[in-house]
Amino acid sequence: MSTLAPTPPTSAPPVVAGPCWTAVCPLDALVPERGVAALVTGSDGEEVQVALFRLVDGTVHAVQQLDPYAGANVMSRGIVGTRRGTPTVAAPVYKQVFELSSGRCLEAAGKEPREGLSGDLASYPVVVADGVVHVGLG
Amino acid sequence: MSSEPPTTSVDGPGDTRRHVVVIGGGMVAQRFVEALRSRDTDGAWRVSVFAEEPRKPYDRVGLTRYFEVRDADELTLGDPALWDDPLVELHRDCKVSAIDREARTVTDRLGRVHAYDELVLATGSNAAVPPIPGNDLPGVFVYRTIDDVAALRGWVEAKREAGRVETRGGVVEKPVRGAVVGGGLLGLEAAGALKALGAQATVIEFGTHLMGVQIDLGGGQALKRLINDKGISVRAETATKEIRPHRRTGHVGRMDFADGGRLDVDVVVLATGVRPRDELARAAGLETGERGGAVVDLTCRTADPHVWAIGEVACIEGRCLGLVAPGNTMAEVVVDRLLGGEAVFPGADTATKLKLSGVDVASFGDAHGRTEKSVEIVWADPLAGVYKKLVMSDDARTLLGGVFVGDAAPYASLRPMLGAELPGDPAAFLLPEGGGAPALELPDEAQVCSCNNVSAGAVRGAVTEHGCTDVAGVKACTRAGTTCGACVPLVTKLVKTELTKAGVEVSNALCEHFELSRAELFDAVRGADLHTFSEIIARFGRVPDGTTDAGRGCDVCKPVVASVLASLGNGHILAGEQAALQDTNDHMLANMQKDGTYSVVPRMPGGEVTPEGLIVVGQVAKDFGLYTKITGGQRIDMFGARVEQLPQIWARLVDAGFESGHAYGKSLRTVKSCVGSTWCRYGVQDSVGMAVHLELRYRGLRSPHKLKLGVSGCARECAEARGKDVGVIATDKGWNVYVGGNGGQTPRHAQLLAEDLDDAALIRTIDRFLMYYIRTADRLQRTAPWLDDVSGGLDGVRAVVLDDSLGICADLDAAMAAHVEAYEDEWKAVLADPEKLARFGSFVNAPTTPDPALAYVPERGQKRPATPDEVAAGAFDPDLVPVVDAPVLVAGPTLEVRA
Ligand SMILES: Cc1cc2nc3c(=O)[nH]c(=O)nc-3n(C[C@H](O)[C@H](O)[C@H](O)COP(=O)(O)OP(=O)(O)OC[C@H]3O[C@@H](n4cnc5c(N)ncnc54)[C@H](O)[C@@H]3O)c2cc1C
Ligand code: FES
Repeated sequence: MSTLAPTPPTSAPPVVAGPCWTAVCPLDALVPERGVAALVTGSDGEEVQVALFRLVDGTVHAVQQLDPYAGANVMSRGIVGTRRGTPTVAAPVYKQVFELSSGRCLEAAGKEPREGLSGDLASYPVVVADGVVHVGLG
Repeated sequence: MSSEPPTTSVDGPGDTRRHVVVIGGGMVAQRFVEALRSRDTDGAWRVSVFAEEPRKPYDRVGLTRYFEVRDADELTLGDPALWDDPLVELHRDCKVSAIDREARTVTDRLGRVHAYDELVLATGSNAAVPPIPGNDLPGVFVYRTIDDVAALRGWVEAKREAGRVETRGGVVEKPVRGAVVGGGLLGLEAAGALKALGAQATVIEFGTHLMGVQIDLGGGQALKRLINDKGISVRAETATKEIRPHRRTGHVGRMDFADGGRLDVDVVVLATGVRPRDELARAAGLETGERGGAVVDLTCRTADPHVWAIGEVACIEGRCLGLVAPGNTMAEVVVDRLLGGEAVFPGADTATKLKLSGVDVASFGDAHGRTEKSVEIVWADPLAGVYKKLVMSDDARTLLGGVFVGDAAPYASLRPMLGAELPGDPAAFLLPEGGGAPALELPDEAQVCSCNNVSAGAVRGAVTEHGCTDVAGVKACTRAGTTCGACVPLVTKLVKTELTKAGVEVSNALCEHFELSRAELFDAVRGADLHTFSEIIARFGRVPDGTTDAGRGCDVCKPVVASVLASLGNGHILAGEQAALQDTNDHMLANMQKDGTYSVVPRMPGGEVTPEGLIVVGQVAKDFGLYTKITGGQRIDMFGARVEQLPQIWARLVDAGFESGHAYGKSLRTVKSCVGSTWCRYGVQDSVGMAVHLELRYRGLRSPHKLKLGVSGCARECAEARGKDVGVIATDKGWNVYVGGNGGQTPRHAQLLAEDLDDAALIRTIDRFLMYYIRTADRLQRTAPWLDDVSGGLDGVRAVVLDDSLGICADLDAAMAAHVEAYEDEWKAVLADPEKLARFGSFVNAPTTPDPALAYVPERGQKRPATPDEVAAGAFDPDLVPVVDAPVLVAGPTLEVRA
C-alpha cells in the first residue's frame, strides 16, 4: 500500500467521498475491543481483507486481516489490549503483538513471517463520518 | 590405559574406533554409556552393552513404583534415544558367560565371541538369599528386578482372589498374610509394597532395631512407631529358623523362629541384603574382596589394565557400595579415564533416605557417632514419633553426620554441609520448623544432588552462566533432582536465591498489567466482588512507568480475567464487556485451526452417543463438507467449519439434542470411560453411568487449564483414568480417586487421593479438589504441576479436601453447587440471542461470503487445507469450499434459528 490517502484533518468535517474511501459498516456494528473483518475493494479493483478494531475511546483502527506469521486471514479475531499504553492486537494463532495504529510488530514471539510476507501489518486510515466507518485503501 | 592400536573390530576393516564392552545393563551401565556418549564428542569409542535382563536399563531405585505404574516401560532410565545411537549397541537378554582376558574377548550365552579393547564390569548384585530351610518354596520372593516384583504382585493377587468367598452378606476376603525378612531400607520398602498390594505385612529383623545400618537405637525406636502406624508389624531381635510349606498346597505356609515363635504366612519376601555378582571376575582370575566384589583402585581399574569395575560389583576402598550415587560416580571416573582424563573416585556419599510414603527417615555421614570424641545432639518427641540427631566434632562445630526420623525436613539442607562448620548453635537445626536455625549458605563445592553428583556451585552456575530461569530449566541443565527427587526442595531454594541475587525478579506477576498471580487475582476479584474487566484493571491493575493508567490489558491477562469471572459465575462468556476478554477459541465457541477455520465438537458425555445422534453428526459433517476425526476423549471432531457456518451447524446439532463440548475452553473437556459393569464381564461398577454423571456435573466449568477426567470400571483401567487430571477407578467397595495425571509433552500418572469412596463421597471429593485447584492454580497450570507447587503437595490437598484443614470446604461445596445450578449450554444461548449471533459473520460488510483465501485438497476421502506450495501452484480443489444453501443465520429480528 504505497499510495495511502492522507488521513483527513480531524477538525474540518472529513471528506470521505471518492474512489479511495469505502464505507464499511455503522460504528454501532463494532463491539469495543473486538475486531471484525471487512472486504474492501481498492481503487485498483483488488479485493483486500481488512481487520477493524473499535477501542473503548471510540477510535477505530484498520490493519490487514492476513496474519503474516500464520498465513491465515484471522487478525480480526485477536485480543485487543495495550503495551505501555499503546493500543495493540495479538495474533490469535501464534500470539505476535502488533501496534494497532501503525501495524508494526512489537513482539514476534520467536517466529518468522511466512515467506514473501512482511512481519509488520499494513495499516489503513479510518474515518467515522455520520456514524459510518470508512476505510481508505488508496 | 593401553596405547596400542585397536586390536579387533566387529564392524569390519576400516573402523578405527576403539571398542568398550560393558557387562551388565543396570543403572550404572546406563550412566556409563550416557556419559561416554555425551563426552566422547569425536566418537573415538563404540560401546556394546550385554544385559542379562530382557529390557533396557531401568530405574531400580524406583522399583517399588512398579506397583503404582504397572508398566515396566515407565521405569526406563534416561533418554531412550541413547540406545539408537549408532555407536551404542545394547544386547538384551544376553548374559555374558565368560571372559578371556588373554584374548580380550567375552563369550555370550549364545556362544558368540566378542572382542574388546576395554572391558567394564557392571554386573551389580544379586539379592542375598539367607540359608534358611524352605527359602525356595513357592511364595518366597526376593526384591531386586522387575521380574521379581511382577512375580510378587501376581502371587499376592492370586492369593487374594483365592481368598475371596461369597457369603450371604456379600463378598468377604481372607487377608493375605505377608512377611518380610530383613528390616533395612529394602525390607521396609518391600513391606510397604505388600501393604499397597492389599496384603498384611510383618517385618522380621534379626538386629535390635529397624534400619540398623543407617540409624541408631533411638531412631530405630521412633521408626518402629511410625511403621506400626502404617499398619506394618515389626518383630525385632528375631532369627528365622525355618520356612515351612502349607500341608495341602505345598506353598509357603509358616515361619518358625529361633525363639520358638511362629507366624502363618501366604507370602514371604527376603530382603536381607545383596551379594556382588563377581562370578565372572572370579572365574577370570581377578582379585575379589573379602566380602565379594571385583577389587579396583581409585580409578576403578582392576589389576588387569584393560578391565574396570563400576557400581555394586566393584570393591573399592575395601568395600562394595549398595547405592546408586557412588556407582554413577565410578561410571563417570571410568569414562574420564577412557578419554584420557585423570579422574579418581572421591569417596562415597552414603547418605540415604527411606522411600516409604508417609515415613520420613534419612541419615548421612557418621550416623552412629563412631568418630572419636564426637558429640551427639538429640531432639526426640516420642509421642509424635520424631527423633533427630546430629553428630558433631568435639567442639560441637563441624557436622559429622545426622539421623532424622519422623521429620526429615532438615536433611536436605544439612546433608551438603557434611564436614563443614555449622553457623550458630547446632541444636537450632533440630527444632521444628521456624525454630530459629540460621540460614545456611552452602559452599559451592557442597554436593546438593548425590544421585547425579551435582554441587551447589553447579546449580548456581546453571542460573548465572547458563541462563536458566526456573527449577525445571536447572534440572534439565544439571540433572540435579532428576533421580530420587530428595534434593528438589534444596535445588529450588538455591535457584530462587540465585535468581534474586541476579536481579531476576522471581515474580509471579501475570503480565505488565497485573502484578498479581492468577491465584491472587482470583481471591482479589472474589473478595472485592468485581464483575467487569474495567473495574478489575482500575482497581488491581499496575500503571506502567511513563503512563497514566493501567491500560487495557493484553492477550495474557484478559483470558485470565475471563476465566476467573467465568469460574465465579458471571453469566454467558460472550455477554457484555466479557466478550472482548475471551481467547480466540472462546471468542467463537470453537477451536481455530491453522487456516482460520474452526473445528466443532459436540459433547458426548462419557463417550456415549445414540445411533440417531451419530447419524445427525454424520449428516452435518457431510452437508458442510467437514473433515471428521474421532478424538482421544471419546467424541467426534469436525474440522473446516467457517465462522459464518458455525451458527448453522450448531442450530442443527442443538436441535438434535447436542450441547457445546467446550473443546475450545480452558474448562472440563471430557470424562472418558470404559464400558463398565453394565456390559463388561470384569467391571465391578457402572463406570459409564458415573462418567456421564461427572461430565454433566462439571460441563462448562472454567479452570486455569483444560481438565480431563476418566472413569474405569475395574482395576484393568481401560479408560486410562490415571492419565487424567482426575481419575476414578472402581473397586469392590466403591471408587478410588487419583489426581494430577496428564498426557502430553510431560506425561504424569495421577496419584491416589482417596480410596473406596461411595458415590456421594466421590463426588464431594472431586467437587472440592476441582474448586480448590481453580482457586489456587497459576495461569495455564495443569493439576500435575499445581500439585507440585501447592502448599503441602498431595498430602496438603488431601488435608484440605478430606479433613477441611483450611475450613473452606463449605465454601468450595457452595461454589460447585452454584456452578451446577447456573450451567447453560453456551451454544444454545448464542442461537437464542441475535446480538451474539451477529458476531459470527465472515465480514462485517459481507457476512455470508466465505474467506476467499481458503483452499483445500482431497486426502483419504476427506479434505485438508492446501499447503502454501499447493496454493501457489493452484493445486487445490475449488469445489471443496461448498456453499451451503441454508437460511443465513445472521442477526436480525426476523431470524429463524430453530425449526
Ligand atoms: C527396591 C530397591 C530400592 C533401592 N533404593 C535405593 C535408593 O533409594 N537409593 C540408592 O542409592 N540405591 C537404591 N537401591 C540400590 C540401587 O538400585 C543399586 O545400587 C543400583 O541399581 C546399582 O547399579 P548397578 O548397575 O551396579 O547394578 P544393577 O542395577 O543391579 O545392574 C546390574 C545388571 O547387570 C546384569 N548382569 C549381571 N551379571 C551379568 C552377566 N554376566 N551378563 C550380563 N548381564 C549381567 C544384571 O541382570 C543387572 O541387570 C535400591 C535397590 C532396590 C532393589
Ligand atoms: S539426590 Fe536424588 S535426585 Fe538429587
